Amino acid sequence: MTRITMNRIKPWLDRSGMGSVLLLALLLAVVFPLAFDLFRLNLVGKYLSYAFVALGLVMLWGYGGVLSLGQGVFFGLGGYGMAMFLKLEASDPVTTKIQSTPGIPDFMDWNQVTALPLWWEPFRHFPFALVAILVVPTLLAFVIGFAMFKRRVGGVYFAIITQAVALILTVLIIGQQGYTGGVNGMTDLKTLLGWDTRTNGAKYILYFLTVALLIGAIVLCSSIQKSKLGTLLLAMRDKEDRVRFSGYDVAMFRVFAFCLAALLSSIGGALFTLQVGFMSPSLVGIVPSIEMVIFAAVGGRMSLVGAVYGALLVNFGKTYFSESFPDLWLFLMAAMFLGVVLAFPDGLAGLYANKLKPWWMRRRSRRSEATDQATAASPGRPGGPAGTPAGGRSEATWGLS
Amino acid sequence: MTFSEMLNIGLMQGFAGLSLFSVLLLMGLGLAIIFGQMGVINMAHGEFMTIGAYTIYFVSHLAESYAPKLVAAYFPVAIVAAFGFAFAAGWAVEWLFIRHLYRRPLDTLLATWGLSLGMQQIFRSAFGAKEVSPTLPDWLMGSWAPSAGLDIPINGLFVMALTLVVTGGVLLALYRSRWGLRVRATVANRVMANATGINTRQTDRLTFAIGCGIAGVAGAAFTTIGSTGPTSGSLYIVDAFLVVTFGGAASLLGTVVSAFGIAQTQSIAEFFITGSMAKVLTLSLIVLILMIRPQGLFAAKVRR
Repeated sequence: MTRITMNRIKPWLDRSGMGSVLLLALLLAVVFPLAFDLFRLNLVGKYLSYAFVALGLVMLWGYGGVLSLGQGVFFGLGGYGMAMFLKLEASDPVTTKIQSTPGIPDFMDWNQVTALPLWWEPFRHFPFALVAILVVPTLLAFVIGFAMFKRRVGGVYFAIITQAVALILTVLIIGQQGYTGGVNGMTDLKTLLGWDTRTNGAKYILYFLTVALLIGAIVLCSSIQKSKLGTLLLAMRDKEDRVRFSGYDVAMFRVFAFCLAALLSSIGGALFTLQVGFMSPSLVGIVPSIEMVIFAAVGGRMSLVGAVYGALLVNFGKTYFSESFPDLWLFLMAAMFLGVVLAFPDGLAGLYANKLKPWWMRRRSRRSEATDQATAASPGRPGGPAGTPAGGRSEATWGLS
Repeated sequence: MTFSEMLNIGLMQGFAGLSLFSVLLLMGLGLAIIFGQMGVINMAHGEFMTIGAYTIYFVSHLAESYAPKLVAAYFPVAIVAAFGFAFAAGWAVEWLFIRHLYRRPLDTLLATWGLSLGMQQIFRSAFGAKEVSPTLPDWLMGSWAPSAGLDIPINGLFVMALTLVVTGGVLLALYRSRWGLRVRATVANRVMANATGINTRQTDRLTFAIGCGIAGVAGAAFTTIGSTGPTSGSLYIVDAFLVVTFGGAASLLGTVVSAFGIAQTQSIAEFFITGSMAKVLTLSLIVLILMIRPQGLFAAKVRR
């Protein structure tokens, strides 16, 4: 009986390319919780919140061909949105009665702020905070994206300007200590609607919530990739003018990709705050924003599942090396940037699809003496293990020339 | 407050703005050549400045321990050495990495960022994580007081003079030398330049190295203002890119004008609000203007 179901499931997996997603889900939801203790699992959860940013970058950079160096901004906005709500809940008048003004966050009190600023007030309500986490970064991305892409700014200039936005937000947060917590950020976050997020049970629940949302995001993104919209994004990346001359509004599609990436980053930021219990400007600025690009690049800029593996691997490496060999870590990071650019432009996913998979196919075909060489030697830039369609530069799709 | 006091405050404020202007311009000049002329995004530009700064520190150390009498005279020599070291490093980097990436600007960005991380770690291993500053000769210390209540710091004047010399030199080289002619020809039309017998590959390498060398001089000049650490170069990089982008990438004059505008906005704003808010205001203005006018202040009339 299992054989029959397997026979029915396998073609579906091959066809939809969901096999690798299922494998990832199994790894995250079953293997990791069994294999790691809670401390390590919490770390994995933290890395997975970065993976949201990497997913967004796959859509924006790999598919849309637009590199943003300011994804930390959106990660930070999501994280700060959540942190503001949690901080207000943690600073009720009873616990903060030793302050000169009870009932306001401790860092405000330290900075001689005597009343809660007006723009903090709505963050007392959880639904508002949730909506703000989802809407504010998307709106900001829309404004930036609309202004830039409508004027056909792309590539390098877009990267520099998004980087400047990251710098602006960091300087603003650090400069306005009394309202944002400054360099230290917002710490001592305790409860979510009365539910203590620091207990072991809560940590497990938050981990599984993160995994569920991440898998959901992957499924959403891969359905976008397979839709006409995904094909259009790819076409725009490769031959922008042809798409424009076919009557499509190139700018608005790019704006959409940028907004999607911002939304995903923001969700990641909110989950980060929940799991780690603080938010600080060190996760907003230029350096973390570029590091998030390397997660996507190491995993493979065209592969959604690869981006998650990339985020996990780079962060595991970072934790391990900066504990054991702190001097080596930056060199390794440098080698990763250079290697991913010069030697493996498609990252781990490319390595799997170009080297490992053909080798495995050859082995299997030799054993069964089937001569299906055509699939084994699939050429070009394949979409990685996610099995993305039209992963290559398919000019034939736009046969207008 | 008397009129002369107000005049003095005004003059010193103006000088602070000019001082910032020369710092920004010196930072931007090397990048204006590498990014503006060649279109290469060199995120390691700040680290080439750090090379220059550490060269000054190293030479001052040498002068102090082996020839204490020469401490007063080492600085000009050290600046030349700073140019030399940064030039050589730039030459090597172009040969190793950049030449493979001319067609992929976004990948160059990532590669040079990785390079900057590696260079930072090399600095940290070689000179330690602590910030260092060279022993400056006496003639660079103190301030110049032409009248009572008016103090103009000499190191600021020095940076300004150096900026003037370097800017003049770059303009002269770009518009009056064979190298400049080759660069401009390559930028305008690479294939045609190649066809007329210009070795564009060699021009690229030389141009990149000269840009890095100028970054080294900038770093050398900054040792008179502040101390040097392994990561101090990365503090400048976004400012430097904004100066060049805001001015209009291919225009050297644009770089000068944008450095002046940014510096004056920043220093005037600092008079009224805190330093960090002034920075936020200036950066936001630049980003807004770039959104409205993406080609920058001075657009190049070059067909690409």
